[in-house]
Amino acid sequence: MNMPNESSAVEVSGLSRRFGDKLALNQVSLNVRRGRVFGLVGANGAGKTTLIKHLLGRLKAESGTVRVFGFDPVIDPVAVLSRIGYLSENRDLPGWMRVDELIRYTAAFYPQWDSGYAEELRKQFALEPRTKIKSLSRGEKAKAGLLIALAYRPDLLLLDEPSSGLDPVVRRDILEAIIRTVADEGRTVLFSSHLLEEVERVADDLAMMFDGRIVLAGALDDVREKHCRLVFRFDSPQLSAPKVPGVLSITGQGLEWTAVCNGRRAEATAGAAKLGARLVSEDSPSLDDIFVAWAGAKSE
Amino acid sequence: MNFSIDEKGYSVLVYEYTVQIHVSTGDGVPIYLQIANQVKQLVASGRLAPGDEVPPIRTLAHQLLVNPNTVARAYLELERDGVVQKRHGSGTYISDTGSPLARKERVKILAERIDALLAEARNLRVEPLELLRMIKERSQNIQPQEEK
Repeated sequence: MNMPNESSAVEVSGLSRRFGDKLALNQVSLNVRRGRVFGLVGANGAGKTTLIKHLLGRLKAESGTVRVFGFDPVIDPVAVLSRIGYLSENRDLPGWMRVDELIRYTAAFYPQWDSGYAEELRKQFALEPRTKIKSLSRGEKAKAGLLIALAYRPDLLLLDEPSSGLDPVVRRDILEAIIRTVADEGRTVLFSSHLLEEVERVADDLAMMFDGRIVLAGALDDVREKHCRLVFRFDSPQLSAPKVPGVLSITGQGLEWTAVCNGRRAEATAGAAKLGARLVSEDSPSLDDIFVAWAGAKSE
Repeated sequence: MNFSIDEKGYSVLVYEYTVQIHVSTGDGVPIYLQIANQVKQLVASGRLAPGDEVPPIRTLAHQLLVNPNTVARAYLELERDGVVQKRHGSGTYISDTGSPLARKERVKILAERIDALLAEARNLRVEPLELLRMIKERSQNIQPQEEK
């Protein structure tokens, strides 16, 4: 399947990357559809930023392929970068510039720069034009970075941990920008986050990464519907976690144990019955619960 | 709808979507379902009447800070259940058939609560008949307060 897919903004297939002894990306495949919000979830060091750097052409694929709007970012950087609005985790902005200088400087790179929109965002974010970037607060820096990522109305908005270390008010501005980007303009957003709450609010699709691998990917609603949380009660106290087939993780003590499973509910209940346990309650786990269950599953 | 004064001092009609919907993340209920359920409850309680317009998808998405597709899915669900109907090019409105459905919805909401209560009672080893007696008793306690 080497044909560029018209409906995809990003297509990554079989991407691996090694830094010394560490396998930072291990056979990563990912498809971000146009017009969707894609949430990339994972703990620090899971490989999210490394993956994003490949999309920007800042790292070259050691094995596997990376396509953004059908182009290889390393071979066609102009075709790719002119369509991506990028906010890095470290917001690496030139500290010596003033806000208005930063806006003018960035505008010069993009023929499609929308000055009206930039000014609107500047006011909305309450950024003073004459303030030096280096004297902005952490939240203001994030807003300035977001402004220059948004104002040329990129086809793909790429946000690396946009709300990391920010207060709830600034996080709200960022979520609003994401929603506005897709709602009013039908553009694509890919953002990485470890805040499941944000992902649940704004993402259409998500992928969970652990140790350089994507363990789970799909539409958010499907992911939620497929997972279930089951509470089993055993006849006698279990001294260690019972081995129930078909479950991602099982936690508890004594008589009652809570299992999270991904679509294999029947297998789990039948398996638990063989171990002398009965199902006493069942509900839908939150995205947090699902994440924790997978985090436990991969360490086994 | 409500009146307000514009900068020139003229009284203008301002259209407002007064429904209050709240979403919470981190409990097992998907956001689209939270929205759909709350609209149903607003209809069941009469706070949304047949013919009332529900907020446009984008407006509600901005207000709740959720993905517009999520709101669209909630509205689709409500449309399928006959709670709302789309009007050509103008918006989404509470259906005229809202009331019989509202009754069904009221029954459904209560049935869920009753099931939960029954399960709780079973765990606490309270027989259904005893539970019924307790409900009657509580009901008699509550009634005088509600009438004043």
